[in-house]
Amino acid sequence: ERETRLKFICDCTAGVMSSTGRSAFFSRTHVNYEIKGDVAVIRMNDPSVNTLSVQMQREMTEVMDEVWGNSAVQSVVLISSKPGSFIAGADLNMIQACTTAEEVTLLSQEGQKMFEKIEKSPKPIVAAINGSCLGGGFEFAIACQYRIATKSKKTVLGCPEVMLGLLPGAGGTQRLPKMLGLPSAFDVVLTGRSIRPDKAKKMGLVHQLVDTLGPGLKSPEERTIEYLEEVAVEAARGLAKKQIPLTKEKGLMQKIQDYVMSYPFVRQQIYNTVQKKVMKQTKGLYPAPLKIIECVKAGLEQGPTAGYLAESQNFGKLAMTPESKALIGLYHGQVTCKKNRFGTPEKEVKALAVLGAGLMGAGIAQVSVDKGIHTILKDTTLEGLSRGEQQVYKGLNDKTKKKSITTFERDSFLSNLTGQLDYNGFNKADMVIEAVFEDLSIKHKVLKEVEAVIPPHCIFATNTSALPIKDIAAVSKRPEKVIGMHYFSPVDKMQLLEIITTDKTSKDTTASAVAVGLKQGKVIIVVGDGPGFYTTRCLAPMLAEAVRVLQEGVDPKKLDSLTTGFGFPVGAATLADEVGIDVAAHVAEDLGKAFGSRFGGGNIEFLKSMVDKGFKGRKSGKGCYIYQPGLKRRDVNTEALEILESYKLTPNAAISSDSDIQYRLVSRFVNEAVLCLQEGILANPVEGDIGAVFGLGFPPCLGGPFRFVDSFGADKLVEKMRKFEEVFGNQFTPCQLLLDHAKDPSKKFHK
Amino acid sequence: MLTTNQSSYDLFCFILQRSKKEKCTFHFHNTTVNIFVAKSKKTLAKPGVKNIVLVDGVRTPFLQSGTIYADLMPHDLARAALQGLLNRTGLPKDAVDYIVYGTVIQEVKTSNVAREAALGAGFSDKTPAHTVTMACISSNQAMTTAVGLIAAGQCDAVVAGGVEFMSDVPIRHSRRMRKTMLSLNKAKTLGARLSLLGSIRLAHLAPELPAVAEFSTAETMGHSADRLAAAFGVSRLEQDEFALRSHTLAKKAQDSGLLSDVISFKVPGKDIVSKDNGIRPSTMEQMAKLKPAFIKPHGTVTAANSSFLTDGASAVLIMSEEKALAMGYKPKAYLRDFVYVSQDPKDQLLLGPTYATPKVLEKSGLTLNDIDVFEFHEAFAGQIMANLKAMESDWFAQTYMGRKTKVGAPPMEKFNSWGGSLSLGHPFAATGCRLVTTVAHRLQKEGGQYGLVAACAAGGQGHAMVIEAYPQ
Repeated sequence: ERETRLKFICDCTAGVMSSTGRSAFFSRTHVNYEIKGDVAVIRMNDPSVNTLSVQMQREMTEVMDEVWGNSAVQSVVLISSKPGSFIAGADLNMIQACTTAEEVTLLSQEGQKMFEKIEKSPKPIVAAINGSCLGGGFEFAIACQYRIATKSKKTVLGCPEVMLGLLPGAGGTQRLPKMLGLPSAFDVVLTGRSIRPDKAKKMGLVHQLVDTLGPGLKSPEERTIEYLEEVAVEAARGLAKKQIPLTKEKGLMQKIQDYVMSYPFVRQQIYNTVQKKVMKQTKGLYPAPLKIIECVKAGLEQGPTAGYLAESQNFGKLAMTPESKALIGLYHGQVTCKKNRFGTPEKEVKALAVLGAGLMGAGIAQVSVDKGIHTILKDTTLEGLSRGEQQVYKGLNDKTKKKSITTFERDSFLSNLTGQLDYNGFNKADMVIEAVFEDLSIKHKVLKEVEAVIPPHCIFATNTSALPIKDIAAVSKRPEKVIGMHYFSPVDKMQLLEIITTDKTSKDTTASAVAVGLKQGKVIIVVGDGPGFYTTRCLAPMLAEAVRVLQEGVDPKKLDSLTTGFGFPVGAATLADEVGIDVAAHVAEDLGKAFGSRFGGGNIEFLKSMVDKGFKGRKSGKGCYIYQPGLKRRDVNTEALEILESYKLTPNAAISSDSDIQYRLVSRFVNEAVLCLQEGILANPVEGDIGAVFGLGFPPCLGGPFRFVDSFGADKLVEKMRKFEEVFGNQFTPCQLLLDHAKDPSKKFHK
Repeated sequence: MLTTNQSSYDLFCFILQRSKKEKCTFHFHNTTVNIFVAKSKKTLAKPGVKNIVLVDGVRTPFLQSGTIYADLMPHDLARAALQGLLNRTGLPKDAVDYIVYGTVIQEVKTSNVAREAALGAGFSDKTPAHTVTMACISSNQAMTTAVGLIAAGQCDAVVAGGVEFMSDVPIRHSRRMRKTMLSLNKAKTLGARLSLLGSIRLAHLAPELPAVAEFSTAETMGHSADRLAAAFGVSRLEQDEFALRSHTLAKKAQDSGLLSDVISFKVPGKDIVSKDNGIRPSTMEQMAKLKPAFIKPHGTVTAANSSFLTDGASAVLIMSEEKALAMGYKPKAYLRDFVYVSQDPKDQLLLGPTYATPKVLEKSGLTLNDIDVFEFHEAFAGQIMANLKAMESDWFAQTYMGRKTKVGAPPMEKFNSWGGSLSLGHPFAATGCRLVTTVAHRLQKEGGQYGLVAACAAGGQGHAMVIEAYPQ
């Protein structure tokens, strides 16, 4: 298949774009059109998802040539027959199939040429957009003369290429600055954020909005597309007859902005500001945003020819970067982890009960009620319950402020929540998730209480970050119904859910837990049971190393900048404060017992001294840093430094350079991850990468620990670890699987 | 099998009307039955159920808001309707057991407008009165409340009605301003008052205007009507044609004196008003010139094919048949079965008639063919056309209503033939009584047996009622 793809690319590059005698005999499968009076309606209908695949581009070119050649046609409507998408983007496989930057550059140039023809079309083209209009699809739309979008919740516009380490390679970096002005264009292209239809209208990205329709003589989806087409056909006629002007009268603000932008030094100032901002946010670890600035600049300062050339060449270069490959890998991984590989559960969970209305419990309740799951939130005290219910309310109310939901939707979501102190109604629960304090005896007590009141089919899920599930399930009468569901805090923001199965957990229980997690909008990894499962187990040695680094006299701020400089979104010292020093101490002690000296490093006593002083991290106001409500600036907690003084270690100069410290932290993380795969805790490297990035903030530009090993080289990593091993011993001993990969460079975790 | 025995006849009819299929079976087996199939039932009277009658109904002229009624208050209009009813029926004021009145946009000073209007109209102060609200079917609710009171044996004579006054609506201070003003009441010292006054910002002075929008969806009704019309593929042309029909028929009815429910009203400081003033038959060309009012630029609902903001009030006298006859009245009609329905307030906001019609027909054991007179509330021409298309669609009936087949659309010659809300006007809470009184009058005039009232209302609700002619 890859060969045929390449062949198509070659065909295209040879300029064989127009309809050939041969292809005319083949019926088109992706694009068709109908002439409605003097308007040609072109419908895109890829058998799977509408992407700018080679096939789609070829058929589109054919159709466009026929339409341009047809003198009866005065104007054109471009629409998708798919309810949920206009064009979801370029075909990623098409880009991944290329082996050199030049190949990708050629792909980009073909796209540029095609859209240039669209832009210069003598017959006005109306893009009628319903559903996702992203990436290449968005670039297609903005090359058209006029855009009409539905107000559907599924309709989003944007260029998310930057999130895949790429740039909009089919004219996006050239057209957007002209359409939106420099500041807005940078905002759209550099953030890659999705733009909702109403916002797009305000920005001037679309000219007209069409409402979604309810039930009529056809299904709402079908009729909405028909309606969009009717409106678009009318608009196309109006454009052809010049009743609708193509250029809108510019507003005063727009005129002022244009005037200011006409000064080169103003533009230069903007480039500099944006560049600085990008460097600050990415630490220079992500090449795509910088290349985007370069392309925009080339287009505006040196003219379109230079701009388009810069765009296509940089697109090619970016596609070959490890960062882009890592990000695309994560994208694919995320898609995989949004599927239930355990099949459809026998019984759908409609009634959920959450035990404990703390941060986690209330968070779990929040992401359940807004998906229509009836949820009981139970706590033992009225104060605790009230705090938890307020958290759910606030979480949903904040969404109304951002206008992502209406106040009416908030109210109707909240009607799914029942707060209570007793076990009333648990007899009808399909699943209970307990989120009580991390203490085995309390968990045992709760499990027994719950099992006494729930129906036989009800699943008992336990939310714990480190306690082995089999230990919790030891007192269960029905261990096949017991499973671990490890949520990450804050639950409504963190995408990851780590599901832990014991060897007694039934497949249907797992399928059910995954189904609930997916409904809650989570990205899910399913791992085996053991101390710390996967995520906590990877994090613990890294934090142990971080403590040692602090003991060696590295300032918390310096430690943070070393970790963020490696690509972690949150620095190690800050992370410890976020997780909670008490939790870190607790976990370090537990896992230390389970894994022995290998999990050593920093002195746990230091953490305990911190906890004794009340320095439990952000939640207590003090940890490595001092937190003051309303203040963004954080000062280092000097009292913590005083405690550190008494645990001071002398650093070994041979392994204490900035780079050494970074690799000491990262290699322990990565080695533990590989060991988890070796031991079967992890089912596959994909879930390992997704878990590390989405749950622990492993640098996304590295794509996760496994992709990092692949790209960095297992041999080089082992070499570094051996150096550290000489000083610190078994904490840095590479695991067997890592050694296997080091020995044989052809061995890769990701093919 | 066929006897003159009344009860077995009723039973027979009941069986016949259960479904068309059964009808056919009978049709083949027994030719005698054919007679009964071709004719409709003689009456919907049920053994053991009280007959409840409409004695009479009146309304003030319906005027475009901001015209001659502009300086009145809602209860003034309601008073006029109530007094008009008293004059028309010659009813002794103390013979009324209860008064129920509907209103939608409430004047805060007269929140129980029923009571204020009744007192002002000179009803006995011993007659209790309450106000109901259910958007555009408020006076339908008032009437069915009356029916309920009589059926339950609690009352024998009830006045029901509705009033809407759009020339003046409550415009509130902003929430912040209200809060400050309420705190000001409680402030004890001058200093506290001054500091509260000082906290007022310019933005707090912006008023809150009421909107004809759904609270749950924040969508205005016109916008929803436009979407509904689009969902059913109702064209602008169809809507304009229907609106023109409404105005033309209303004009004809007005000119031929058919709108006998309208009473004359001497407006203080102004002339006597005795005619609706919103009836304006236009031409298709003129109507086509209007721009869409809600969805721009491609919408189809315009000012010309929508009902307009109207001031007006209506009132009806409802009695048990025995009481009416005992007092020497000749009732106009029986009020029979009624239903209320509700559905999705977003996408099916105005489809009440589609849902209510088959339900009330089923309840009465009638089919659409049995109905001689249809009076549907015309909120928007697009809404009426959408409802007609929905009623004519098997797919819609099966997919959204859980029915096997469509109920069918009413034949246009029987439909709103004296005009409707689009032309006569639509004072929200007064329309229901107008519909019922019009059905009674049309049945008398046209000699039919059964009439059907149906209406949609904000909140995604709807109503339908079967009315039977009183033997003349």
